[in-house]
Order: sequence, then C-alpha cells, then structure tokens
Amino acid sequence: MKNSRTNDLVLSTSPFLHTDASTPRIMGDVLLATVPLILAAVWIFGIGVLLVISAAVAGAVGTEWIFNRAAKQSPLLDNSALLTGVLLGLILPPGFPLWMALLGGAVGIGLGKLIWGGLGQNVFNPALVGRAFLQASFPTAITTWNAPAEGLMQISPRLFSTPLLQAPADATTAATPLGLAKFSGEMTAVFKVIIGNIGGSIGETSGILIILGVVWLIARRACDWRLPVGTVAAVAVFSSAIWLITGKENANPLFMIFSGGLLFGAVFMCTDPVTTPTTSKGAWIFGAGVGFLVVLIRLYGGLPEGVMYAILLMNAVTPYINRYTQPKQFGGATK
Amino acid sequence: MANAAFQNEELKTFRHGVHPSENKERTSSRAIERIPFVKEYVMPLSQHIGAPSVPIVSVGQEVLKGERIADPGGFVSTTLHSPVTGRVTSLGPRLHANGKMMPAVTIEADPYASQRTQPQERPDPAKLDNRAFAKQLQDAGLVGLGGAAFPSHVKVQVPEGKKIEYVVINGVECEPYLTCDDRLMVERPEAVLRGTQLLLNNTGAKKAFIGIESNKPEAVESLRALAPKEIEIVPLEVKYPQGAEKMLIKALLGKEVPSGGLPLDLDVLTNNVGTTAAIADWFDRGIPLIERVVTVTGAGIPHPRNLLVPLGTPVSALIDYCGGLRRETKQLIMGGPMMGMTQKSLEVPVMKGTSGLLALTRVFQADTREYPCIKCGRCLEACPMYLNPTRLAQLSRMKVVDKLMDYNLMDCFECASCSYTCPSNIPLVQWIRIGKTMAREAQNKK
Repeated sequence: MKNSRTNDLVLSTSPFLHTDASTPRIMGDVLLATVPLILAAVWIFGIGVLLVISAAVAGAVGTEWIFNRAAKQSPLLDNSALLTGVLLGLILPPGFPLWMALLGGAVGIGLGKLIWGGLGQNVFNPALVGRAFLQASFPTAITTWNAPAEGLMQISPRLFSTPLLQAPADATTAATPLGLAKFSGEMTAVFKVIIGNIGGSIGETSGILIILGVVWLIARRACDWRLPVGTVAAVAVFSSAIWLITGKENANPLFMIFSGGLLFGAVFMCTDPVTTPTTSKGAWIFGAGVGFLVVLIRLYGGLPEGVMYAILLMNAVTPYINRYTQPKQFGGATK
Repeated sequence: MANAAFQNEELKTFRHGVHPSENKERTSSRAIERIPFVKEYVMPLSQHIGAPSVPIVSVGQEVLKGERIADPGGFVSTTLHSPVTGRVTSLGPRLHANGKMMPAVTIEADPYASQRTQPQERPDPAKLDNRAFAKQLQDAGLVGLGGAAFPSHVKVQVPEGKKIEYVVINGVECEPYLTCDDRLMVERPEAVLRGTQLLLNNTGAKKAFIGIESNKPEAVESLRALAPKEIEIVPLEVKYPQGAEKMLIKALLGKEVPSGGLPLDLDVLTNNVGTTAAIADWFDRGIPLIERVVTVTGAGIPHPRNLLVPLGTPVSALIDYCGGLRRETKQLIMGGPMMGMTQKSLEVPVMKGTSGLLALTRVFQADTREYPCIKCGRCLEACPMYLNPTRLAQLSRMKVVDKLMDYNLMDCFECASCSYTCPSNIPLVQWIRIGKTMAREAQNKK
C-alpha cells in the first residue's frame, strides 16, 4: 500500500452529499428580496423609515440574543430574527415612534417565537404577532399614515416621541387607499397603488417591487410558490365574485390585490415556511383561506385592512391543515 | 443534462426526487481495465441479501478459478465460486464492509497458475423451464449487481398463477460518481442485450425496456445500434433515485408498485444491466459471478478508473492501482455517495454488490451546521415514496414508535434524498433508520 493513513478516515452514514441550500441562505434570500422595497420606501417616505426598520430589528435581534446567551449555538446565525425585525419594520407606518417599533420587535420574537421553543416551533408568524401587539396597544399610532415625503431627508418628528408623553403632531398625514375606500367611499387610481406613491406601511406600497421580490424568491426556491400565488388568486376570485354579485359597488378586484398589505403579506408572510403548511395541497388551502378572510374582513369587517388577521387565523389552523393533507404514499392506491 | 442525441425525445421520469451533482466525468470515458492479480482473496459468506452461503471446501484445498466453493444456505441465498486459482488458507472470520468480522473463505492465489477461467458445465438455456432457469442463476451465484445484492434466481422465478409481461433492465445508474454500468453498456452492449433476450425468452414476457439516464448518451447509442425491436432502449431524465426499481417502473410504465408489494404485482421483472450481462456470461461462456466492474473515483483518488476486479480483492489493491489515497482524503465509501457505506480499513474485500469505491475529501456533515426544522417541505417534495420525512424523523426522535406506522415508515427505502435536500442539514434518513430499528424491536416484543 502506497499511502494508507486509514486512521484519519471518518465513519458516518449515508448520504455523503448535500445540497448547497441552507436555512440561513433561505432567510438571506428573503432579506435580499426586501432590499428594493426598503430603497423604494426611503425614496417615497424619506430616510426616517430606515430608523423605524432598525428599531424593529434591534428589538427582535436583541431579544433573541438575550434569551439565547446560554445556547451552545447562537440562533442569530440562522438570520431568522433579523428577518423578523426587517419584515415587522416594513409593515409599520413610516412615521411610527421608534420605541414602539423596538417594543414590537421584542414582543414579536418573545411571544411570537421564543416561548414556543424557538425557530421552527412557533405557530404564528412572529412579525405579525409583533404587529398585532402594536395594533392592540397603540391603535392611533399604527393607523397614522404619513403622506409621501416632500424630500428624501425629511424625518417625521413623531419617530422620536417617548413613552407616556403626547406624540408631536405631524405636518402631513394621509389616509391609505383602503381607508379612503372604506370610510369615505373614495377610490384611488389602480395605477397609483401599483407604483406605490401613496400612503401606507413602509414596505407595502409598491406592488411592482413586491412582485419582483416574489419572482426572485421562487427562482431561488426560497419559498413554496403555491402560497403567494394561491393567496393572490383567492383574493382575485372571491373579490371578483362579490364585485359582480353586488353590481360592482365595492372596490374592484385589481384594487383589492394591489392595495394595502395584501401583496406584501402574500409574498413575505404567507411564505414563512414555519407557520404555513408543509404539504402542497395544504399550501393551496392556506392561500385560499387567507384570500377569503382578507376579502371578508375588508368588505364586511370593522377594519379597512384584514391581511394581518387573515394570515394569523390561517397560521392557527395550519397544524390541522397539515394533519389532514398528508400525502398518500407511493403505491398506496391499490393497497 | 440536455443532450443533443435525445433533443426530440421526451425524457420520462418519476415524481419527486433530487438532482445531486453528477460527478461522473472523472471516469465516464475511461474504458474498463482489468486489475492485476493479488496474493490473497477473501470471499465473505454473506455478500448478498439472505442466508449466508455454506462453504464446501476445506483449509488447504486447491481450488480452480470459477470452481464452486460455497453452496446456498437456503432459498434466499446463493452460490460462491473461487475468483482465483489457488489454495484455501482459512474459513475463519475476516473484516467485512459492514465493519464486523464475518465468516469468509480466504484463498491464496497460486502465482504459477495460468489464472484462466475454467468454463463450468451448464445446460442450453432454450431447453429450460422457468424453475430450472432460476436454479441456473443460483448455481452461477448471481445477485443484483446494482448494490442491493438480492439473489437473482428469487426474482426470476415466477410463482404459480403469476406471469411476467415486461422485463425492465436497470441501466439508470443514478448514484453520482459511479460509471461502472455506463461503461459496461458502452463496451459490452451485446452481453446486456443477450441477457435481456434470455430473460424475455424464459419468462415469456412480450417486451423489455432498458432504462438509461440521458447523461449516458454513448450507452444509449451503443445499445440502440444492436437492439431487436422487442427490446426498447429508453433515455430517462437525470434524477435521483431513478435506479430504485419502483421509481424506474414508474418512469417507464407509469405504474406504481403497490405499497409493500413487488414489481411482480405489476407483472414486471427487473434486473440490473450488470446482472443481465452476467446471465449471458453464464449461459454463453460458462463463467459464474467471480468478477465485476468497480468505479474507483472521487477527489481523493489521483487516477480515477473503472476496474474489472475479481471478487474478494482487498480495496487497497484497487486504490493502489489508481494511484493511492491523496493526503486530504477524509472518507472512503463503498458504493455510491447517496447509499454507500464508509470504510475504516483498506483490507475489506470487493463483494458482489460493490459498485464503487469513492474517496471524498470533504465530510459535509461535519462541515455543515444543523439548524432547526423550518418546515419548508423540501423533504416532502424530494421523497420518491411521497412520505413526510421531517415528521417521521421528529417521531423517531421523540420515540413515538406506534405513530411512525401511521406515516408509512416501512415504505421508506432509505434513498437519503430527504437528508440531501434538507436546508437545515437535519439527518432525516438517519433518524428514520433509527425509527425502523425501534419499530422492529417493538414488533419483536409483541
């Protein structure tokens, strides 16, 4: 034998090959998909949005870090807390007080993920848990929408409001297209909501860039395409049906799809693998459920927007969807 | 891999599966070479699925190359023949590829013998009924050469009241790195076709398909040039684990072998190309199974090759012939990278099921961190049996044995596509194997 250093040979069990895909890379791909949205938000609302997103990230990552200091392997390496923070920041109003954003990030990770047992164990989308907490705690702040900024460097003074003190009044606020439709019966042109130069949450306004994001995610196989496609398709189907039945009185289907947080929710929240079904049949059911609930809440509920609650409700039934959509095994039909 | 030769053909395949990088280019165009004889050959009595063979030689006995040295130990068992002319030196235990000391016949080669194979007595296959034909395959020591090493005569024997309609020959070779079947089809198409014809004639099947993945265009061309019309050469999409017989049948015939059933339930007989060529070698040349083609490859091998190796040759001889192990070699695998077994010692012998010897310079399990399951569902989309690997692994980890059966644990044939594809690098198939062991133990207790 010429060369037999067999003592160094490692014993293990097959397989001895592994895909290049990894969980941190999937999270990283989603983060990359949010970059154009963040840039667009800076362009539309001014650089203040970066502070809001940073505050939410600090809350999320800080909480993850504090509660996992003793862990052998830091969970920060999987990028998931960072992603939760960014996604939460993107669904807050551009002039949202920073301390509230920080708190939202902390609650999202703490109540939305850590108490369930960390990554992979939670039932509800952590970013949406944070958002729901903020909606319940600060109903006024979270529905105060800045108008698109006058200049890039404009920073809303409301960002720096402090707990327990009256928030400084903002110069320019604007209603969202959905708010206008619900409370004033006033429609915004679909073209405007597609481009995104409107009032709304930081990352939700530009439909075009969100679609760009989902194309990237599907191309990178970072999400199950059935989830976003199913959700949007369901909104289209249900809102068209109601639109036609009621004699075209409500908002038209195109407006329903491009307004508010629907596209953002379909692309960035419905694709969270942890809180959505693992089976492909389940993915279609999940999308259909979200779409149905969004249309129901928007048209018949007390709120102008229903994407958050629709997704949280479907998160809650996801374990049951999984249980009842288990695939039939190969050769199972003739058993 | 898109290929000009089949541009206008629709490539068939099965559902699900994965696409590991093929890594076949190191050896795919290297002709099969015969390895020089060595001093000592070790023939383990268990180198097939089923009961061990029973030795019929004694220590000190002279044996001729091709001579029978062990009889089948039961119906699901087979014959062993001496791979070399020499003298039996031991019947005691020797190191087996499974890491244990196992009974074996050890033969010292006679350096002065001619080492010409003695053709064995065998009848004219045309005059044999199915049962006698099957018995011949057992006498020739034939087992599945794809890796599982299941005795061929058991598969070929058609039970009372059953019939064979299609013969499916497996030239898929979906394991990355391996090229031994590819080379065999390129270099000996007539043997593959002759073996297929013998199977067709004996079973009365009306048609045979030889399924070959489209990354082996030369093999497809060489077989097509000679194939009669009842033997169809079918190029398939490249996808792992298409070489599993259930997947291959699904790809070729569009039918699913029932859960817990056999290809026979669909009137199908499957055989590996290597085994098929060995059937021809037995009936036409009287040569029993005493040698096989082994691909020696991987980044740890300086000169990767396809070698024709007498059974019982220690792997050290193969590695030396290919330039030795590089310093940076981390793992030595017998078989392919998806289903093979790691080895610690270079003394283990090549056996009937040894398709490859793979020296890897990286241990991905050690290099990659394990993350929590994010329920992405990729393992479900990879599983060719449409199981839920992450759920099975979770139940196994929690030791919920009775629940495992609800998720069809025993349908898993451990192709490892789930572990391969898991972005969190969770050892899914390894957990499922543990689950199977626990389930069997629970069964035995009852």
